[in-house]
Amino acid sequence: MEHIRTPKVENVRLLDRSSGQRKVSTGTLYLSATHTIFVENNPETRKETWVLHSMVSSVERPPSTPVGSQLILRCKDFRVFQILIPQERDCSDVHTSLVRLSRPEKYSELYCLSFNPNVNKEEREESWKFIDLMADYKRMGVPNNLWVSTAANSEYRVCDTYPSELFVPKSATPAITVGSSRFRSRGRFPVLSYFHQDTLAAVCRCSQPLSGFSGRCQEDEMMLQAVMKSNPGSDYIYVVDTRPKLNAMANRAAGKGYENEDHYTNIKLQFIGIENIHVMRSSQQKIIDVGDMRSLSMTDFLWGLESSGWLKHIKAILDAGVFIARAVTDEGVSVLVHCSDGWDRTSQACSVASVLLDPYYRTIKGLMVLIERDWVAFGHKFSHRYAHLDGDPKEVSPVIDQFLECVWQLSEQFPCAFEFNERFLIAIHTHVYSSQYGTFLGNSQKERRDMRLHERSHSLWPQLWLDRAQYTNPLYKAELSQSQGVLRPNTTPYCFKMWKGLYNHMEKSTPPHQSPADFLSAVREESQQLEEELTNHQEVPPGGTAHHHHHPGSRQENSSPDREANHVGEDRGFEEED
Amino acid sequence: MEFAELIKTPRVDGVVLHRPFMPTVEGTLCLTGHHLILSSRQDNTEELWLLHSNIDSIEKRFVGSLGSIIVKCKDLRVIQLDIPGMEECLNIASSVEALSTLDSVSLMYPFFYRPMFEVIEDGWHSFLPEDTFKDLESMTDEWRLSEVNKDFSVCPSYPPLVAVPKDIDDNTLRKVATFRHGGRFPVLSYYHKKNGMVMMRAGQPLTGTNGRRCKEDEKLINVTLRLGKRGYIIDTRTISVAQHAKARGGGFETEANYPQWRRIHKAIERFNVLQESLIKLVEACNDQSHNMDRWLSKLEASSWQTHVKEILTTACLAAQCIDREGASVLVHGTEGTDSTLQVTSLAQIILDPACRTIRGFQGLVEREWLQAGHPFQQRCAQSAYSNSKPRQEAPVFLLFLDCVWQILRQFPCSFEFTESFLVLLFEHAYASQFATFLGNSAAERAKLSLTEKTVSLWSWVNRPQELERLTNPLYEPNSLVIWPSVAPQSLLLWEGVFLRWNRSSKWLDDAYEEMVHIIEYNKELQNKVNSLRRQLAQLETDDPLLQTP
Repeated sequence: MEHIRTPKVENVRLLDRSSGQRKVSTGTLYLSATHTIFVENNPETRKETWVLHSMVSSVERPPSTPVGSQLILRCKDFRVFQILIPQERDCSDVHTSLVRLSRPEKYSELYCLSFNPNVNKEEREESWKFIDLMADYKRMGVPNNLWVSTAANSEYRVCDTYPSELFVPKSATPAITVGSSRFRSRGRFPVLSYFHQDTLAAVCRCSQPLSGFSGRCQEDEMMLQAVMKSNPGSDYIYVVDTRPKLNAMANRAAGKGYENEDHYTNIKLQFIGIENIHVMRSSQQKIIDVGDMRSLSMTDFLWGLESSGWLKHIKAILDAGVFIARAVTDEGVSVLVHCSDGWDRTSQACSVASVLLDPYYRTIKGLMVLIERDWVAFGHKFSHRYAHLDGDPKEVSPVIDQFLECVWQLSEQFPCAFEFNERFLIAIHTHVYSSQYGTFLGNSQKERRDMRLHERSHSLWPQLWLDRAQYTNPLYKAELSQSQGVLRPNTTPYCFKMWKGLYNHMEKSTPPHQSPADFLSAVREESQQLEEELTNHQEVPPGGTAHHHHHPGSRQENSSPDREANHVGEDRGFEEED
Repeated sequence: MEFAELIKTPRVDGVVLHRPFMPTVEGTLCLTGHHLILSSRQDNTEELWLLHSNIDSIEKRFVGSLGSIIVKCKDLRVIQLDIPGMEECLNIASSVEALSTLDSVSLMYPFFYRPMFEVIEDGWHSFLPEDTFKDLESMTDEWRLSEVNKDFSVCPSYPPLVAVPKDIDDNTLRKVATFRHGGRFPVLSYYHKKNGMVMMRAGQPLTGTNGRRCKEDEKLINVTLRLGKRGYIIDTRTISVAQHAKARGGGFETEANYPQWRRIHKAIERFNVLQESLIKLVEACNDQSHNMDRWLSKLEASSWQTHVKEILTTACLAAQCIDREGASVLVHGTEGTDSTLQVTSLAQIILDPACRTIRGFQGLVEREWLQAGHPFQQRCAQSAYSNSKPRQEAPVFLLFLDCVWQILRQFPCSFEFTESFLVLLFEHAYASQFATFLGNSAAERAKLSLTEKTVSLWSWVNRPQELERLTNPLYEPNSLVIWPSVAPQSLLLWEGVFLRWNRSSKWLDDAYEEMVHIIEYNKELQNKVNSLRRQLAQLETDDPLLQTP
């Protein structure tokens, strides 16, 4: 509380810009240790707006106006709040506090370490076991006579950004593993990400080799041989370097680079051309800016969308996934994926490939498992990328945003193939940034262990699972052909759309039942109740005890999506009054 | 004239047909007066029956003695026919070219078409102005049905019956007609039951450079306002375009002469600008080699989405004036037959739930497009692939349908029909066995005696099996005004038309079926439960012991 000078300011005016509402509400602003809270004066609604400090990405202070001083709060989930405070001094206090509170300097300041849902110790410990990666490897048939568990990284000895439990080719001896790790950036040697039981081909991941212009490493070459040998159906492997070739070449000057095809036998090198985190950061900023523009014309919008390059990047990532999935299924060839450090683009490419390859990862639980494996366990630097602490802004980049968006783009093409809806993806997105749960804290498994996060915070996944009813896609049907096997998306540019649900919050702020999906969910729920009622009726013997059935369904009044016909907000098609 | 003269080669064997998402078929190609037919002579293989009038352009290609004809259709489909033999190929190409560009309306297929279905309701009589007027009469007595145009002499593009203010007599109307472009004096387009406000439409006033005025026109327009109320004149042209129109005898209402009215200018494009836009858009959609940057820049350069946004914005403005401001509205552009109709018809979709039903929408198309004199035959003579210089062609109606699709997508449960109905109307507006969209006005259609000689599209649509196909399973009548978002992020490319032949819709079709299944299953359960509840209630009344728990 030391940072809060003025905990309460009255007669504050708030405009939730992202909700599209042009209505300003007046109320009281409170600052707590964790949240900014705004309570509307209107005695009928007393609507509360809560903004977690860790969700605030910037606090701007535009010049004061005659009626007061302004603050603009931009949030990591793309909401924007405009606050008008009557007294200059109050505004200055709130500004100073928020700037400090929104940039915690130590993990101990984070919300997840004070967030205490009403669960006991056992339940919390249980919550961390909800996602079991070993069970998933088992599900895909690993270990087996091709892929085995290695103890090389126990206690994070070889690679401190890898998980301790890893799978490597059976023929890769500890010497090969350790030798290979010395020849790879940050010691991230080739390991298994996904094993495809039908073709016995595998998706493996690592970081770039420390080859420079001519360096080589026998163990690393043997390691790649071992990866190839672990796939009896093929006599070569693909090495997918997800970077643009020029970037990869430039890395050679720094003693890094990519595999020399003369040194490695039986590899086919493929560059994909996903740009680096700096390009992605500024690209996302550009589409946010486009959305921010007032009275946006169609030309501004399309031009802005094009010049942001965002959809081009999304397409590149999806194309990488498609390439890997095709290699594994159509050709039966194993793929080794890397970028520079192997924790950003590699995580994107591997996880998109898994979503395409395996229907399990298109279920609610499956997506959790996938994120836990290819992102959390494999040392994607969540705290750096999503600015959990005040740190180097150059480390920040929307890497997992892009993965979630790829999944969303796929769900638009295959509406019945995903068990979850858009809301689920957005909830994950929010929590990646919010640090309300310990799941995404830190930058590696080792850091999380050292922080004893399992004892001090809660896991997100069980909570999302508990709420799964609201995250379920009513159209999902495991039996449909589009839900089964490999997804083969069309990646022609016109198949990509801007993800309005994430970047424009209007939809979220409007009452539920506005989409066909919600309507269908309501119908399905009603059907379930009817089924139960039918079963009950049928159980009653004629003339038996009377059952007084209350009407469970009979089409609830509010189940029509368009019932609230006047969408709150957005650029409605009439003259604006501001 | 005999079609036979135009058909140089009536049939060719061994022709191979390529079309999107279907296996190639080899068969015999036949040309008839109105169709290009490919028959494989095998059972179960689909044949191609293509109306010549659906053909927008054809291209010939030769590799050795094998010729190919690329047929580009007005519904935007592109098919290829490989024809063995140079001469046959040339003959077929030139015959098709001749048959697809026949000038005479009376040679069009609707005059030869005999329905193979039972006509339950003759569509030619489904939407008579006198019937529509009965609904109006039940709401207000301020309007009357005038027969001033019964012989089409006052306004050649108006129907014989129009709704006008009760206090304005036919002589006044005749005078007003001389002051309005094309004789299109202001008529009633829509009456907003909720507050009694109205929407009227007209042609531009012929003020010319010296500011001519017409007392009768001023009187007519003013009499539609209630005491102390103001109105809005929505001119669909920018102020500078409207200024320029003065030089050619046109113009706009000077506010000094219409003091109770405020004029608002909007910018809806016309004619060749729209046609160009369509051509560019379809070109962009058909080129799969584009990278993302190129695709987005081509989409932008086509300006199609900009037109959609402009039209919808103007329609929302009209609706807002009526519903929110409680003001009456007069809409016009230049002729009052294109952008004007886009605005008045879309405003009605926003305001009036009745227009969102299948029948209501037909009525709207009938009233606000066909009887209102949108020159369909001129506008839809060519589509996106036409090589010839556009004359009067413009995708005005297609843009309207696109705007309806945008609203439908934003309010997926408020329309009784699905996207298929809009696609169907697009197809039939450009090429059809039905005569509904033939001719340019009610006068032309009367002259052609369509009612006696041809079949109406509505006769076909309004049969149970067709209606079922077009019905939206999500529909729940919504009596409210629906305000669409016109933010650029909310307006999407209409894939169902523009990407229809470029990408498979299989997965989306599956999803649609699944949706229908969920709803059907729910209905089935409700029926079962209701019948059980009735039985139970019956038992309870039969057995008094059961009544007290």
